[in-house]
Amino acid sequence: MNQPPVSSATPETTSSGGALFLAWAFVGIPLLWGVSQTFIKALDLFK
Amino acid sequence: MAEASLLDRSRTVAGPGYNRWLIPPAALAIHLAIGQAYAFSVFKKPLGALISGDPAAPAAADWTPTQLGIIFSIAIVLLGLSAAIFGKWLERVGPRKAMMAAALCFSGGFFIAALGVHLHNLWIVYFGYGVVGGIGLGIGYISPVSTLIKWFPDRRGVATGMAIMGFGGGAMIASPLSVALMDYFKTTGTGSLGVAATFLTLGVIYLIFMQFGVWTIRVPADDWAPAGYVPSTQESALITNNNVSADNALKTPQFWLLWVVLVTNVTAGIGVLETASPLVQESFSDAAMGAGRGVTAAAAAGFVGLLSLFNLLGRFFWSSASDKLGRKVTYAIYFGLGIVLYALIPTLGHNLQLALYVGVACVIISMYGGGFATIPAYLSDLFGKYQVGAIHGRLLTAWSTAGILGPLIVNFLHESRKAEGFTGAAAYQTVFYAMAVLLVVGLLANFAVTAVNAKYNEKGPVDAEPGGH
Repeated sequence: MNQPPVSSATPETTSSGGALFLAWAFVGIPLLWGVSQTFIKALDLFK
Repeated sequence: MAEASLLDRSRTVAGPGYNRWLIPPAALAIHLAIGQAYAFSVFKKPLGALISGDPAAPAAADWTPTQLGIIFSIAIVLLGLSAAIFGKWLERVGPRKAMMAAALCFSGGFFIAALGVHLHNLWIVYFGYGVVGGIGLGIGYISPVSTLIKWFPDRRGVATGMAIMGFGGGAMIASPLSVALMDYFKTTGTGSLGVAATFLTLGVIYLIFMQFGVWTIRVPADDWAPAGYVPSTQESALITNNNVSADNALKTPQFWLLWVVLVTNVTAGIGVLETASPLVQESFSDAAMGAGRGVTAAAAAGFVGLLSLFNLLGRFFWSSASDKLGRKVTYAIYFGLGIVLYALIPTLGHNLQLALYVGVACVIISMYGGGFATIPAYLSDLFGKYQVGAIHGRLLTAWSTAGILGPLIVNFLHESRKAEGFTGAAAYQTVFYAMAVLLVVGLLANFAVTAVNAKYNEKGPVDAEPGGH
């Protein structure tokens, strides 16, 4: 049986869906941009 | 002092209901930044023409490609060394302080290197990007690993695969970004072909970007577990519920077998990555394919891009698959399938089967990336979660070793074949056969991995702040 977590300071509250979306967008957008740039470059192989 | 205390492990313990899916983006923020290292080659030509101002016609006083190649080598060696040295410190102070240290070192490395470029002093660049930046790479690489494993005990491969995928993705962002910045600064007349200003800008961008990871990362409470997760009471042969310290892990044969597993997998993969562009151009040249039908330099760059994509995808795909397949089976696939594919490459080159050749190379590179991403979960399975970050850090010395071994082996074998008069695909034949043999060694090492002897286990419950004893 799990016990409630014990925090020694400033416990976090439940994270909202908005925070989750923003967090993933923060890293996802640059990553997708980089992947798309690489993909475009890769297409040269098939020209 | 308030700022310092905010970085302490005790201030990063998540409270009830904290959504663990916020942790992978925090880890990705670090890995996407430090993955820039793989894009360093975009600076080689402009750095080699700072005096002449024309990359096509370097002056005698300009830095040579060999001198510039050392910058990346120093960074990769320091990555392995710092990961090994600072692993236990990381476990003690927690991921936030480690991520902050990584951000300061990594961005600081750019600032120092910018000064070196401005003064045209290569030693300052070596120290900045190579040493200081390399330390940032090592600490940054391992900083989120044990935290992710603690948050995702049920999906260790998925979690670490996501983070380490970021290291592959970082170069994809950095490469076009760096080129765009250099083009911009060249037109504004900042000098040094825009390289110094680009280094300064990248330092600022990465410092800010990595702060997202620093302030988002949380560690779970000691007794936290995902909803519905019940650790198996019946211990699997290769998944322990016990814990082995980083110091004790070094005394086990399992650690050294996995070191061999990593060094062979990475050395073989680097063999392909290092030579990708000349390899495909020489194997499928106009002379071999017919006038106008050979692979051009632009198409070869596309091939390199395609390999980067599969390197990225393989990190997530294979590491996630290992949660279902088991780590040992997954590595057996890397090596077993790898041996066949590496041995096949020269034949495909000889028969001029370009599409198959490209497809095989992509699968090979996906398994190279997968090898990096699966290793933290393998370590966690064998040694427990206690000091897995520190153990992973020590294992990364295998990466540094492979970073030196891979290019050495490839260049030596390739040059030897050329000296014997072989050209095109035939000049690379022994390279691929040698890599296949290397993978046999890795396969045997992986087969030899068994459960860790119980005498190495920590006795009793482990501390919340492990390295502190």
